[in-house]
Amino acid sequence: MTDQVQPKTDPSDATTGLVTPATSGVLLALAHPALERSRANRALAKAAKGLEGVTFHDLYETYPDFAIDIEAEQEKLMAHDVIAVQFPLYWYSTPALLKEWFDLVWLHGFAYGLDGNAMAGKRLFAACTTGGAAKAYHAHGYNRFTLDEYLRPLEQTAYLCGMVWETPFVVHGAATKDDEELKAEALRYRARIGSLMTAPADAELGA
Amino acid sequence: MPFLLQALVYLGAAVISVPIAKRLGLGSVLGYLIAGVVIGPFALSLVGEQTDIMKFAEFGVVILLFLIGLEVQPSTLWDMRKAIFGFGGAQVVGTSLAIAGVSMLLGLPWQTALAVGMVLAMSSTAIVLQTLDEKGLRQGPVGRAAFGILLLQDLAVIPMFALLPTLATIAPPVHAGAVETHGGASLIAHLPPWAQGLSVLAAVGVVVGGGRYLVRPIFRFIAEARLREIFTAAALLIVVGVASIMQTVGLSPALGAFLAGVVLAESEFRRELETDIEPFRGLLLGLFFITVGAGIDLKLVAAQPLVLIGLVLGLMILKFGVLFGIARLFGAPARGAAAVATALAQGGEFAFVLLSFTVGAGVIGATLAALLTAAVAVSMALTPVAMILYERIAQMFDAAIPKQIPDTGAFEDGEPDIIIAGFGRFGQITGRLLTANGFRSTVLDSDIEQIDLLRRFGRRVHYGDATRMDLLRAAGIERARMLIVALDDREKTVELVETARKAFPDLVILARAWDRRHAYDLLANGADAVERETFEAALALGTTALQKLGYRAHRAHRAGAIFRRHDRKSFEDLRPVWGQEEAYILASRDAAQTMDKLLNADLARLRPGDATGAWDTASLDEELKERAEREAAKREAAK
Repeated sequence: MTDQVQPKTDPSDATTGLVTPATSGVLLALAHPALERSRANRALAKAAKGLEGVTFHDLYETYPDFAIDIEAEQEKLMAHDVIAVQFPLYWYSTPALLKEWFDLVWLHGFAYGLDGNAMAGKRLFAACTTGGAAKAYHAHGYNRFTLDEYLRPLEQTAYLCGMVWETPFVVHGAATKDDEELKAEALRYRARIGSLMTAPADAELGA
Repeated sequence: MPFLLQALVYLGAAVISVPIAKRLGLGSVLGYLIAGVVIGPFALSLVGEQTDIMKFAEFGVVILLFLIGLEVQPSTLWDMRKAIFGFGGAQVVGTSLAIAGVSMLLGLPWQTALAVGMVLAMSSTAIVLQTLDEKGLRQGPVGRAAFGILLLQDLAVIPMFALLPTLATIAPPVHAGAVETHGGASLIAHLPPWAQGLSVLAAVGVVVGGGRYLVRPIFRFIAEARLREIFTAAALLIVVGVASIMQTVGLSPALGAFLAGVVLAESEFRRELETDIEPFRGLLLGLFFITVGAGIDLKLVAAQPLVLIGLVLGLMILKFGVLFGIARLFGAPARGAAAVATALAQGGEFAFVLLSFTVGAGVIGATLAALLTAAVAVSMALTPVAMILYERIAQMFDAAIPKQIPDTGAFEDGEPDIIIAGFGRFGQITGRLLTANGFRSTVLDSDIEQIDLLRRFGRRVHYGDATRMDLLRAAGIERARMLIVALDDREKTVELVETARKAFPDLVILARAWDRRHAYDLLANGADAVERETFEAALALGTTALQKLGYRAHRAHRAGAIFRRHDRKSFEDLRPVWGQEEAYILASRDAAQTMDKLLNADLARLRPGDATGAWDTASLDEELKERAEREAAKREAAK
């Protein structure tokens, strides 16, 4: 027997001795109930999916019946430094399952509250597509508010959980963009996701 | 020669020569024909007088026509009326006249020439269809045109029998005999013409009416007995019966079998009939080809080689020319016309019958008849060769043009996306969901009452035992994307999954399982996914029970979802130890404990009265209360 033959070990075993589990990378939670019909979200997801360090997590594919596995999701959250959520804007908010995910997983005592600090120090990043044009999201446009204003609930979630709120990535007019334009957006998105892992947070002051 | 020895010779010749011929790219038909020549009375002389075998072998053609009938729905037949009556009629008339013309030029009296023309206008159903089948051409436009012509030839034999005796120029030999085969001397020959006509109509009526109203209840009765060989026997009985009826009234038995097939094409027994009869077709046709090969009179060929070569080539070229011209007139593209013309350019088995009939009737002299018989047999043997030649030439001509995709739409009830084996209480629901979403499915079931019921609801269900690979193949499993197994039999389900997986490694196989153990068995035997038949339904009932016990609907639904998740997880966790009884029992006890613990934890969260359920805000409520108290205290202090 030579000592070349070693039983294969799980690489995570190498970190035994550490008290806290190693965290790394981006958890990209995608929420689109009809991804097969979405050109923009498919293009974005595809661009980010292959990236090193990105855990792609398709919520509607994992929980078609909305029966979210809370424990499994909390473990996922803890195992990543950056939590990215990608979704189309539905009625000025997130799709139902993404909201359900926040409601069920980001619990008091886990994500926030006196004993809830599991998310503290991590970054929260939102990538959002809208059907309407950019100029519609304006005090004088027909949506009357900017997209930043519509994303305030997410921003405040980050704040309450002690997280760093990253500048959102937005694709306006997703329905009217042609393939070339979408390709460009996808490249931009890929670069942005990549930078989330390497570059320092937008605002280190954050909370 | 004793029967067994004869069988030995025939089977031996077939088993040796056919695989060799196939390997050489010559096709099985040529293999059989060569085997026939070799064992025939004019070469090795292993088989001698073979008129009995010839008759037996001709039954192969009858079965062939029956099988084709099964594939042709009456509506398809109506769609083909132009090919049958237009193209077919023109072919028979055109070829007869052309050959008669040439014969007259060669010095035959016009009566004899016309008779020769009619005799040689026939092509060989068996050889043409078998050759086209092997080349995968039968379902396409070429196959359909050829089929239409052959069908009309079968019909045309009837007036020919009436017409030929009127052409007699020679004093008929005292007793010719050997005319009984294809209806020359039928039982009704002595009747006056009007009675003969009535008999024919009555016979057709019996076949159609019997097929429609009698055969199905009988088959249903037999199917309920679940005796496969009796079902096969009954299928053969139909074919033999119909052939006999037709022969009695002087019609072609093959035509009758075809008619019976068409009548049964819409029945739920179609697939099973097809699969049961298919092996007989192959063997009997093979026998038929061997007898044709053995019938080639090599002595005659050797004695008059040039005359015979001239006759064969003349016949084939002439028939090719007429067919090609007519096909072009009917608007076929040059390539298709050439293919049809090549396929049909030989003489047919009817020629043998008609020739002996004409000799008997004093129309054609015995010497000429013998010569023509040899020519017809040789031309039949040359057909596969001609087809190979045609393909070579066609390839040379249009190497650049992409191959035409044969249109199969009209003949089959589609290429199914999914095959569902078992259409009982389980398969039906799955099937309905899939068809409602636009997927085409072919359903096989062996419960005759069930099929009956479903058919009354207008669903297409085929009778058959889905564990038979041949039946699955007939149902189109090679082109299907998925097989769903929902049989009402545990062992058969496993068996089917196993054999299907072995035969089709890429097929997606989903199966309904009885229970957990059955589910493991199925997965171990190659199922891609399983569903325990009672699991989801029981869960749904449990959820309803929770609701009736006072849970709000959403909470009951969630409780069900959590249970499902735990159960599925333990199913996966225990899968590796399945088969090791001790380990499995230990592990499953362990899993049950874990499950109880988890469920109790869930239960604690879902305790009645605490209506927030998973949206457990108790700790938040407490914290908010504390904060309010602190702030109240602060205000108090500030006062």
